[in-house]
This record gives sequence, C-alpha cells and structure tokens, in this order.
Amino acid sequence: MINSSSDNVKKLNSINRRMFITGSFKFFIMLGIVSRLFFLQVKENKKYLTLSDKNRIREWKLAPIRGEFHDYFGNVIAGNFEAYQLHIIPEQVEDFRYVIFRVKDLLNLSEKEFKKILKKKKEIKPWETLIVSDNLSWENFSKINNHLYDLNGVKPVISISRNYPYKENFTHLIGYVSQANENDIENTEAIKKNFVPGLKVGKVGLEKSFEEKLIGTNDIERYEVNAYGRRISQLEFQKGQKGKTLRLTIDTEVQKLVNELLKDKAGSICVMDIYTGAIVAMHSSPSFDPNLFVFGISQDDWQLIRNDPMKPLVNKTLQGNYSPGSTIKPIVALSALENGIVNTKFTVNCRGHKHPMELYGQTYHCWKKEGHGFMNLRNAMKQSCDTYFYEVARKLGVDKMSETAKKFGLGKEVFGDLFNIEKKGLIPNTQWKKNALGQSWLLGETIITGIGQGYIQTTPIQLCLMTAQIGNGGYKIYPKLVVDGENEVSPTDKFTPLYKESRNIKIVQDAMYASTNEVRGTSYRSRIDDPKYQFAGKTGTAQVKKITKRDRELDLKTFEIPYEERDHALYVAYGPYKNPRYAVSVIVEHGGNGSTTAAPMAKKLFKLIIDRHEKRQSMDDKKYLEI
Amino acid sequence: MYQHTRLTTTSSFNFFQKFKNFDYVLLICILILGFISLATMYSTDGGQILFHTKSHFTKLAVFTLMMLIISFINIKYWFSIGYLSYLGVVGLLIWTYLFGITSSGSQRWIDLYFINLQPSELMKIFIILCLAKFFHRMKIENVNSIYTILTSLIIILLPMGLVIVQPDLGTALLIAISGIAVLWFAGINYKYFIYTILGFVISLPFVIAFLKPYQKLRVLTFLNPDKDPLGAGYQIIQSKIAVGSGGLFGKGFLKGTQSYLEFLPEKHTDFIFTLFSEEFGFVGSAILLIVYAIIIYRIVAIGASSRSYFAKIFCYSFGAAIFVFITINMSMVLGLLPIVGSPLPIMSYGGSSMLATMIGFGIVMSAKVHSQQLIA
Repeated sequence: MINSSSDNVKKLNSINRRMFITGSFKFFIMLGIVSRLFFLQVKENKKYLTLSDKNRIREWKLAPIRGEFHDYFGNVIAGNFEAYQLHIIPEQVEDFRYVIFRVKDLLNLSEKEFKKILKKKKEIKPWETLIVSDNLSWENFSKINNHLYDLNGVKPVISISRNYPYKENFTHLIGYVSQANENDIENTEAIKKNFVPGLKVGKVGLEKSFEEKLIGTNDIERYEVNAYGRRISQLEFQKGQKGKTLRLTIDTEVQKLVNELLKDKAGSICVMDIYTGAIVAMHSSPSFDPNLFVFGISQDDWQLIRNDPMKPLVNKTLQGNYSPGSTIKPIVALSALENGIVNTKFTVNCRGHKHPMELYGQTYHCWKKEGHGFMNLRNAMKQSCDTYFYEVARKLGVDKMSETAKKFGLGKEVFGDLFNIEKKGLIPNTQWKKNALGQSWLLGETIITGIGQGYIQTTPIQLCLMTAQIGNGGYKIYPKLVVDGENEVSPTDKFTPLYKESRNIKIVQDAMYASTNEVRGTSYRSRIDDPKYQFAGKTGTAQVKKITKRDRELDLKTFEIPYEERDHALYVAYGPYKNPRYAVSVIVEHGGNGSTTAAPMAKKLFKLIIDRHEKRQSMDDKKYLEI
Repeated sequence: MYQHTRLTTTSSFNFFQKFKNFDYVLLICILILGFISLATMYSTDGGQILFHTKSHFTKLAVFTLMMLIISFINIKYWFSIGYLSYLGVVGLLIWTYLFGITSSGSQRWIDLYFINLQPSELMKIFIILCLAKFFHRMKIENVNSIYTILTSLIIILLPMGLVIVQPDLGTALLIAISGIAVLWFAGINYKYFIYTILGFVISLPFVIAFLKPYQKLRVLTFLNPDKDPLGAGYQIIQSKIAVGSGGLFGKGFLKGTQSYLEFLPEKHTDFIFTLFSEEFGFVGSAILLIVYAIIIYRIVAIGASSRSYFAKIFCYSFGAAIFVFITINMSMVLGLLPIVGSPLPIMSYGGSSMLATMIGFGIVMSAKVHSQQLIA
C-alpha cells in the first residue's frame, strides 16, 4: 500500500510537471495565433480590405459617346446616330435553340452569319451579353419588337454609333472610325484608358488626329460580383462625358461643289482663306463612303475600293507628290525679282521649237511650237513662256529658287503634325542632291526646275498655301481646319512678311492677273469679268513622262493619249483680285492641260466661294454679338 | 482508510449530487460555442435557415444531450470500456477500408443510413481513452520499458495506418498527436520525444519524396501561395483576404463579402473560422479564442482535481489534443501551416468530428462529476 502510494505520488509529480510544461507551450502558441490575427486584421487590414474589394467589385465600362464634327455653319458632318442592336443574354432565355432559330428566321440570317453567332455564344459566359446584330435596319428592328412576346430574353437595344451624313464628301478630310485594334490601343493613351470591346476609334484623317479630344470618357458601372463573375448588385453608376465637338472651318456647300467638280476624276481641290489660313474646302478624288467602315467593311466593298486604279484610299491633297509644272512660275519670278536677277524690263526671245534653248547639247523646248517672241516677265507669266523661265532659272540658280519656295511653304508639311500621312514634297537644291543622291547638281536640272519639272514635287495643299501667301501680299499664314478654341495660341510668326520688297509681290500678282484676265493669258477663257468674282491665277501642266521628239512631231490631243501618260492639269488662283480673300489649288490627275481642265473648275468655285463669303462673315459677326 | 470511507459514501451518491458536481463553466462555454457555431452556420447559408444550419442544430442538440448522459455515467465505466471502444473503432476503420463511401478521392465514411460516420474522427478521442487506460495501472518504472513503448506505438500506428490508406494524412497525424499527448503525460522519457522530433526533421526530405503529388503541392503552396493564385494557392489566399479584411470589428454579421460572394472555399467545414473572423473581426476572434481557452482551462482543471490517475491523464491529454486541433485549424486558415484537412472542434460542420468532441467533453464532465471516484 505504501509502495503503491509512493509510486502514485511519483506518477502524479511526473504528470503535473509535464502538465506545467504543456501549459506554458499552450500559452505561447495561443499568443502566436493571437498575434497572427492581430497582424492580419489590424496591421495589414487595409491591404486585405483592398484585395477583398478587388475581389468583389468589378467595373463595367460602356463605350463613350464620341464628339461630333460640325462645319463652319454648325452642320453636322460627322455625327452620332442611334444604331438598332439585338442582344441576347443566354442565361435568361428558357429555350435558347428555339429563340435563336426564331431570330434567324425573322432577320433572314444567312447560314454563315448564323454559325458565327453560335460560335460567339460558345465563347462567352451564359450571363454575358451576346450581340446578335450590331446594326439592324429599322424594318428588322420593328419586326423583332413585334415578336417580342415570343422571344423571351431577347433585348432590342438602341446604341450610339458614328454616322457620316455627307458620305464620300468629307472622307479624306475627316477619315472614319472603326473598331480599335491592338495598335490603336497601344499607341494612344486615351484609347487605352477608355477601351471597351467594340470601341470605335478614328483610323485616318481628323478622326484620328483629334482622337483624344473626340473620344470622351466611359460611363462606368460598378457591380458587386461573386466568385464566378456573376453580377449580384449594382453599386454605382458614373456618367461619362461626351467627347468634344469640333467646329471645322469647312463650308459644306463649297465642299459639295468640289466633290461634284472632281466627280469621276482623280485629283484634289483645296480652298483656303488667305488671311486666316482657314481651309474652306479640301477634297481628294475619288472618295468612298466612310459609313462602310463603321461596322466593318464587307470584303466585296473593300476589294472594290482597294483595286480602283484611281486610288481612292490615297489622300491626294496631302499625300500626292506632284510636279508643280508652271504653277511654280510665280515663285521663280518672285525669287528672281527678290534676288535682283531680273527686273520687269528684262526680255528673252522665245523662238519656238525650231530654235530651242540649248545647253551642253541638251535642248529645252517651250510648250508653244511657234514660240512667243520677245517676252518680259509679265508676258512670260501670262502666256506661261517656258523659254523665259529657263533663262531666268539659269541666271538665278537652284539654291536661291529653293530658298524662296521653302519660305512660301513648299517642301514641308502644311499642317505640321496634324496628319501623320502628310507628305513633305521636295524642293531640291545642290546640297540636297549631294546628300540624297551623292551627285553634284547639273545646270540642266536648274533649268527644268524653273518650269516645275524634274526633282521638284509639291502637294496640292502646299500649292494652295503658296498661292494664298502670294495673294495676301506675302505674309506668312498657318492653315487650319478647326475653328480656334478660346485658349489656343497662334504661332508668333504669323503674318510676318515673306518678301524683301513688297513691290515684287505686286509684280507677280499683276502677272497672275494678266494670265487670267487678259487676252492671250493661259486661263483667259476661265476669267470672270465681274470684279466681285474676278480672280488671278496660274495654270500648270505637269508632264508625267518625258516628251520625246516623236511626241513633239505627233502633237497629239489629250484624248488621243493613254490615260496614264496624260499630263496632270493644275491651276492655282486667288480672288477676288481687287480685295482678295481666298486661294484655290486644283489638280486633276492626267487631266491633260491646266487651262482647259483645271482653270474652268476654279471659275465655278470662285463664284460660289465669293457668294458664300458674306454668309461666312455674318457667322463671325454673330459670334461677336453673342459675346 | 479515510479515502475508503469516502468511497463508500460516494458510491451511493444520488442524482442531485451529480448535478451539483457539474462543471457549469465548462457547460456554459460549450453552449456558447454551440450558439456561435450555429450563428456562423446560419451565415454560411446566406442568412437563411437552410440545410447546413438545420443539420448542425440537430447534431448539436443530440450530441449535447449525449454529452450530458455520458457525464452521468461513472468514470469507472468509461475506464472499463477503454480497450474495447478502441478495438471497436479500429473495427470501424477496417470496415471503412473495405466498404466505405468514397468521396472526392478518399474512402473515409461509413453509411449508417441516418448519418455518414467518419471513424477516423472518433479515433482521435478513443485512442486517448485506450492509452489512458493502458498507462493507468502502470508502475512508473515500467513506463519507459521497451514493452510499454512498443505496445503504445502499435496502438498509435495501427489506426494511423488504416487512416493513411484512406488516404487522409491530416487526420492520421492528428490521431498520432492525440496518442503522443498521452505518452507525454504518462512520463515517457524526454529523450524519446527529442529523438522522434530529430528523426522526423531529418527524414522530412524523404517523407516529402514519398508524398502524393497533391500533398506535395499543398506544401509548396504553403511556402509560396502566390505562385498559383487561382489554382492551388486560391484557398489560402482567399482565406487570408477574408480574415485580413475583417479588421478590428469585422464586416458585421451576414455581411462577410468573401463568403457571401462565394470566394471562400470549404466555408462550412475547415474554413469556418475564416468566415467568423471576417464577420466579427479581431475582437470577435479573440472572444472565440477566449471561449476555447476557458474550455481547455476547465478540462485541465478538472484533470487536476480528479483523484484517479486515469481521469487526470485523460483530461490532460484530451485538453492538449483539443488545443492542437484548434491551433492547427487556425494556423492553417491564417496561412501559418499547410492545408491539412482538420476541422475546428464544434464550430465546423461535420457530425463525426462533433460526436468525437462531445464524447470527449462528456468523459471529462463525468470525471468532474465523479472526481472523487478512485479506479482500482
């Protein structure tokens, strides 16, 4: 008994000792758990709260409403219209097969389209929206609405989409929108920020240039979602802002006329205010309907546009590099006057094809077979005598000539960075040739540059700017397409003189006047006698291939030459002569002859432009009145 | 002799005296815990009385009643069925191995028509009962004999092996821990524990090599849960987010977004603490921990006041085991341990676990009621 009790005591001592050790262990482990809880719930609470919100709150962005383009008078030239769409949320449909076949019948969907929809359905979650059609006709839309009782879960939706009411009239200016692709998202911050699937963004033209202003901001819906992404409840709706509406300097009436003039022809016309630089019309022909691109262009339409030999996809106004031909002559003459090479009395004898100008064995012909006889500056410009300008160019040299040309805006982008497609053209000089071609300049090249052939290349918008700056008396202007906002700063060197002596500009202006309004002037037949509309201009005919001796002998009419080999017809002008306001440049590709093809267009144009001028002016007055 | 006289008087003690001897603190704590678990279960059902809540309530009511009945039965009786019950559960484990129900890749349950019983959970308690009886009569000199150690190891390893083949490594480890707790209190030499720990640490790389791919993944996930946040690491990451976002006072009852929006996996069972912690915050979790602490303290105190060695060693070991179950479950959901399937006693949904825990509580209560009972 004593033994067993002492054994018992020992055993009890042992177990109590171990209980004590265990108890201490428990205490520390408990402390560890409490501190872990404290760490997670109190110290790191913010972090986990954010994570938890990230888990449960999901944002849905809706496509922002794009800003519009208005013309100078407030007409909508790129607007938004309500597109009728058909959405289905598969989960809310009791019998999806039945409904989808019903819809197929109602809309007359082709087998191909139908398969596409079924494929789309497989790719999305059952509670996500299936877009069956994104642009239904009104007829189909109302048909669906009539059968809604039968179509459980089908949702007819009205959504906002881009619309170009004037179709092909403004295509090259405004461009078009289409679904954003990866490049768009990557390169433009605004698109990245506002991206939603199906977002339409500007692809070319002003739609692209002003993307950041036009795009607006998303409506944002915040939903609480569960672990599987199903929406449980809406927490917030944040209204987005519509993109900025831009008012352009364009006059739709003039633009329409320009379109008409260039119908079925390839070419470009620009109209510019010579004081403000405001572009009144700007068109490149042929054009295409930008609405085709909004919901994705069909393969057939695309092939039609792409394979057109007149190249509708090229914006000839900005991208077309043309030899200016005789339209460069005002600049050559001005340069010679400014540099004191010639005066108004300097004469050259043009003796026709039998006695062409000769230099190092090369002959340089005037366009006129019989020759012009003794020519001074005014007459040479008026009749566009090539021989005179060969001689002037030879005396002047290409470097001085290019200096003046560049001053007047040739050889660089007219709109700066606004369009990424705009071409610079080319105003050659000796340095350029050495750098670019590694050869030294030849005197013969100077001579043909004097009549706007050879290396020299200009875009239609550059020629328009050049003419405008001659027309306004030789002052620098900056062409613009958008009516200035309040806090936009204009460049400081606006209206700085581009001449050394203003007399020289007067001489050139007078010569251009003669060219249009005096007998034997190259565009005399296109003149308007009424001083209200009277304009001064210069024709140009740019060769696209070298004229051979045989050609010269044949002396074919334009329509007898194959289309690709016909000359480009050019015309630049400004008017009204007494009180000039507008400059125009016309280029008709393979149009044959400046005086017969391009100049008559200018005549029609000036009538309308001047008539519209008052209205334009009254818009400005209205603006002041409002203030 | 004095003891003897007491014994004779107590042998006839009546029903009311038993009531008087009840540990009401422990009982109240268990009821509070039951209430908390019911409320939490109600929350997992999304604030409705659905299947889980109803079923949990029924089990809670039945098993609490059962606990009371157990506590009225003399501790002597529980001592006497120590080996038998152990063998019975081993039998059930063999039955499970042969005819058990397979669910999510492991064969753990027996279909008893009214309940799906998981014998491995019962083993967590009955191994304590068995070993406590084994060491009860042993002289202190014999405790460290080869015979004793080998026998007790066999007692532990036999059910472990049967559970591992289910396969259910987590529960097997918890059974081992329950058994080892008894060995510890019985006075097995420290050096054996130290050797075991050392041996375990050294063999760890080899053990890992033998682990099943999913088990390896759990260990790797524990070490770096962000490696695969939507796959293997999902549970633990979401669990930590839930607990962490609870903050000091929690998101409020029925407002735990992580569970309500179904980000939490296994929220009824192993991860129930996460949900509780999300809704009631640090303060709520601390209160829950205090309730558990009081329960464990009472169990130990009952052990200390018991006159019989059997009751003492059972209470101490059971207290230690419950403590380990709680800490392992919490460490797991708080990202301190790899995920091993271990329920939180009473809180987690699951009949077998609750049954086992309640039997344990019942025996402890019986030890309190019959604290003066000596066992020969």
